[in-house]
Amino acid sequence: MGIKASSLSKSFDEGKTFALKNVNIEISQGEFIAVIGLSGAGKSTFLRAINGTNSPGTGTLEVLGQNVTTLSGKSLISLRKQIGFIFQQFNLVKSLSALQNVLVGRTAYSPLWRSVTGCYHAADVALAKKTLDSVGLRGRYDEKARHLSGGQQQRVAIARALVQEPKIILADEPMASLDPKLSEVVLDILAAVNQQKNITILVNIHVLELARKYAKRIIAFRKGELVFDGKPEALTEAILEEIYHVDKATL
Amino acid sequence: MIQSSDSIRIKYFSLRRCFTYVSLILAIVMTYWATVAVEFSATKLFEGLPYMKDFLSRMWPPDTKILPRVLTDTLLTIQLAWVSTIIAAVISLPIGFIAASNICESVWLRRVTIFFLNADRAIDSLILALFFVSAVGLGPFPGTLALAVHSVGMLGKLFADSIESIDPGPVEALRSAGAGKLSTIRWAVWPQVAPHFISYFLFRFELNVRVAVVLGLVGAGGIGFLLTQYMRLFQYQKVCTVILVILVLVMTVDYFSSKLRRSVL
Repeated sequence: MGIKASSLSKSFDEGKTFALKNVNIEISQGEFIAVIGLSGAGKSTFLRAINGTNSPGTGTLEVLGQNVTTLSGKSLISLRKQIGFIFQQFNLVKSLSALQNVLVGRTAYSPLWRSVTGCYHAADVALAKKTLDSVGLRGRYDEKARHLSGGQQQRVAIARALVQEPKIILADEPMASLDPKLSEVVLDILAAVNQQKNITILVNIHVLELARKYAKRIIAFRKGELVFDGKPEALTEAILEEIYHVDKATL
Repeated sequence: MIQSSDSIRIKYFSLRRCFTYVSLILAIVMTYWATVAVEFSATKLFEGLPYMKDFLSRMWPPDTKILPRVLTDTLLTIQLAWVSTIIAAVISLPIGFIAASNICESVWLRRVTIFFLNADRAIDSLILALFFVSAVGLGPFPGTLALAVHSVGMLGKLFADSIESIDPGPVEALRSAGAGKLSTIRWAVWPQVAPHFISYFLFRFELNVRVAVVLGLVGAGGIGFLLTQYMRLFQYQKVCTVILVILVLVMTVDYFSSKLRRSVL
């Protein structure tokens, strides 16, 4: 179980630039990991490789006991439903209610007729409501997503991921479009489910202090390569310089 | 004295400028040529004025006795436009999804569909009406078929365009949650495009009411058919009634359709 990447590479323009370059990493179930690095360093690509929304590269990537790079169709769906994904832009359907947005997380668990008609099983609806309660949106079920604030929308998106009852949650810069104060709310929720439900959390963060505060392990990408993997304390100035150093040529 | 600098002086004899002059002269020559071709004549227009006045005076007052008949046929025109727009919308719905690049992965299927939509739009509904009249005979049915077929071209294209311009975020969210293609379309695509679809549907209905009037002229039923009948019999007061009713019909449909469209978007 967990996640294990062996010489995982992915390149654009036939091997000239790498989104991921020879990544080797093992992540066990229940870890809370912050992923840091410059934009374009491969953080998002790595997260999207884990749930197979990016086309597979070379090497192997084992997630929850299955090799993602060879999965397709039904088996990919059955892997994805165990992985929640939280986006920077929330990616809610703005014209639907909070509850309908959360129930989207149950489509993969419901028969096709239920998910298409929106007649979800009563247990699914109850779970969705309970999950919205748990992220502090009790009683806001029927509010349209577009009428919620950014922070509330992101909490609906978190509820959508949680309602999948996932083993892994991938969060791609979930606080980047929120106020700094709200960032901690989002990370507190993720830290809580990590502890209570033993859900593996991988979160891309560009605020270093938050990464240090919440994560027990930090990994860093630079130009697709994994350049750091260790405890927050091990992250020295010299290493940070290596991670965040900007080439004049790339500017 | 203001110093002239070369950089801001307009160069009247540059290559670009010469090209503009040539285009302008060409446009004038072509307009003159076309005017001669259509036998445009101001004298003829002035000579025609008394006849116009005569025509209009014979139209007045409108014959209100035929109003019940006119209204029945107006209703038929609206029904014709409605049924044809419904048929077109039902056909266009799946076609729109097939023609949208973010839904349909097969490039060839998409290209063939878009080709047919373009070809369909290129054939005017009047031509289609003539074709269907000769196929199924006179009456409102050929008109309905003509309008339905022609409307698919426009609705299919507009549907596909609005599907292509959705926010891809929700689609990614559903795919990530393990949702299948149908559920993704239902919950990520449909809520985003439905208001646009309704708006386009109403707009097409609006157009179809107008076209349905014209289609009547070639025997495809409705109020236009009535108009030709009275014209042929030189019953100008009845013609006047029909024209006034058409005017009211078109304006009413436009008003309510645009109001509705604004409320759904």
